[in-house]
Amino acid sequence: MNSLKTPRLLFAAAGLYVVILVMNLTGLLNDYFLHIINQSLIYVTLTVSLNLINGLTGQFSLGHMGFAAVGAYVSGTITTLLFNVKPTLVNYPIFVLALVIGGLAAALVGVLIGFPSLRLKGDYLAIVTLGFGEIIRTILNNISVVGGPRGLLGIPKFSNFHVVFVVAFVTLVVVRNLAQSSHGRAFLAIRENELAAELVGLNTTRYKVMAFAIGAFFAGVAGGLLGHLLQMAHPTQFGFLGSVLVLIMLYAGGVGSLTGSVIAAFALTFLTETLRMVLDSLSDMTNLPLGDWRMVLYALLLILIMLFRTEGLMGTREAKIVVLKEDQL
Amino acid sequence: MKRAFLILAATLVAFGLAGCGGQDVIKIGGVAPYTGEAATFGVSSKQGMELAIEEWNAAGGLLGKQIKLVFADDKGDPAEGATVYTKLIKQDEVVAIVGTVMSKVTLAGAPIAQNAGVPMISPTSTNTKVTEVGDYIFRACFIDPFQGTVGAKFAFEDLGARTAAAIFDVGNDYTKGLSEAFAAKFTELGGSMVAFEAHPTGATDFKAQLTKIVQANPDVLYVSDYYNDVALIAKQVRELGFTGPMVGGDGWDSPELTAIGGDAVENGFFTNHYSKDDTRPEVREFVAKFNAKFGAEPDALATLAYDGMYLMLSAIKNAGSTDGVAIKNSMKALRLPVVSGTVQFDENRNPVKSAVIIEIKGGKQVYRTTVNP
Repeated sequence: MNSLKTPRLLFAAAGLYVVILVMNLTGLLNDYFLHIINQSLIYVTLTVSLNLINGLTGQFSLGHMGFAAVGAYVSGTITTLLFNVKPTLVNYPIFVLALVIGGLAAALVGVLIGFPSLRLKGDYLAIVTLGFGEIIRTILNNISVVGGPRGLLGIPKFSNFHVVFVVAFVTLVVVRNLAQSSHGRAFLAIRENELAAELVGLNTTRYKVMAFAIGAFFAGVAGGLLGHLLQMAHPTQFGFLGSVLVLIMLYAGGVGSLTGSVIAAFALTFLTETLRMVLDSLSDMTNLPLGDWRMVLYALLLILIMLFRTEGLMGTREAKIVVLKEDQL
Repeated sequence: MKRAFLILAATLVAFGLAGCGGQDVIKIGGVAPYTGEAATFGVSSKQGMELAIEEWNAAGGLLGKQIKLVFADDKGDPAEGATVYTKLIKQDEVVAIVGTVMSKVTLAGAPIAQNAGVPMISPTSTNTKVTEVGDYIFRACFIDPFQGTVGAKFAFEDLGARTAAAIFDVGNDYTKGLSEAFAAKFTELGGSMVAFEAHPTGATDFKAQLTKIVQANPDVLYVSDYYNDVALIAKQVRELGFTGPMVGGDGWDSPELTAIGGDAVENGFFTNHYSKDDTRPEVREFVAKFNAKFGAEPDALATLAYDGMYLMLSAIKNAGSTDGVAIKNSMKALRLPVVSGTVQFDENRNPVKSAVIIEIKGGKQVYRTTVNP
């Protein structure tokens, strides 16, 4: 139970939370800024959970958004179609329950695809998970109860800064504690050399399925948060490109570094919006259509990051506050 | 850490800079998918909005001020849509929004506009749910069932049909909705539906349904599918000996229709938002101006974006203020001839306006007539 003593990270997070909240209440940060922070935090949850699968365990999943889709649709169905609740404080328990059930459903799907496909490695696993993501999307397109190609609409807006922040923090702590426990050593052993890990007596299948299940759980919760933030879930949101974006965040931050995942999720989410701001201001000043070049610049910056920091922003290093001290282990 | 602070500071400065702006302009938000899967829609839409604003500014602006379009790209993605709607409302503090193109993105943006009390008009989102979000949400295009109604009226009154048959895709809300609306209106006018046949999604052989239809010997056949299915259906029904007219919706609007369908789609008519060959002065003027500025013919998206912007600016002018409630009420009271017809909003904030009928003649799309609902 010692690993629950995580004061430094907790204090840092609490400090950040209070600062953002105070800045928002005093009008220093407007709601647009807060909206980007919310989206960044959802991406933190997605990237950190993918890090458990791709980074720590060394598997290659290309279907992370598929898990998020399961979470979004299951939780959205519960709050919208089953209970049809208004987003008031009294109804929050239903929302939290819906999020957890959505996460569990995603985890179940993670286990289901985990068992047959974990016999595969590397590129082959990547293709299977890619296929899985597309299958989820196609299935959702064809279920008319949840809107089919029109999407699941009218989801109550339960997600806000508080909920999103807490979920991102919990995800980070759980994955961090897991990574720096004996389970974590098993994950790392599989990443470094699966055959050797098996020879020293590790049940590699069990650990791989575990990584998939836990990663999928948090991805499902993140999907639920996204649905309740945008007040809708649409099959196309959870397609291949969405999974690739999370993967890009993971690699830009550094595979295996949780600090890197957090930084990259924030940096890349803010980058698109900062570019929009800067280019719009510049085109106002110069009267040139610079705004059109936003996504080109974005891609260019990503290429530059990968050229000059092949290992990602953080490599495999962690910030000090994310590492558990010996006495906490 | 120093570097991290520098980056943070630069970001804050960037956001701060973008927040600055003169008070002597009226800011209108414009949203469209400028990049991504529907980028051509976004480019056309932005052109339409720009043209409308340029015209108004040249004519003295709005409420004595110049108008500034704050355009944002939604990438055709609902999440991005929610972000840009928040940006336009909270950061740029626009007084109204014209956008966006795709229904799924509009549905992510509309609740934000509704909650903030910022009136918005979507040029081309046909999903009926869009305006159900709230009383600040309008649209400039007609919704799907409306085309069926207009098609029925045209078939009964202009083509003189008294019996009709319909064929549609059972797995597609759009085609199903159109056919049901057609059947309801045609029966109401005094005609009778002699066949009403569904085909499965993705079918390429429609002979079973078409044989039934031909045996019932209708005066007119209503085909609400998209152009590729329409072309196949037309070929097969002509082979079975049906020579009467066929009527459909804006899903027919593609050069591919005649390329695939050939002679079979002749004597075909479809409802559309506007025709560039329409002789109304609004249309002629718009097509000429658009051609002069962009060197191309305006498509339906550019037209509806232009109309959407025009309607919004007119509503603000009539309201005499940039207050959200005033604009909303002025919008509801609007009755204005624009390029795609004379627009007036019903109680669900959907436009009641005319549709044009386009005829396929000699392999070309020819303007036939304008039908009022």
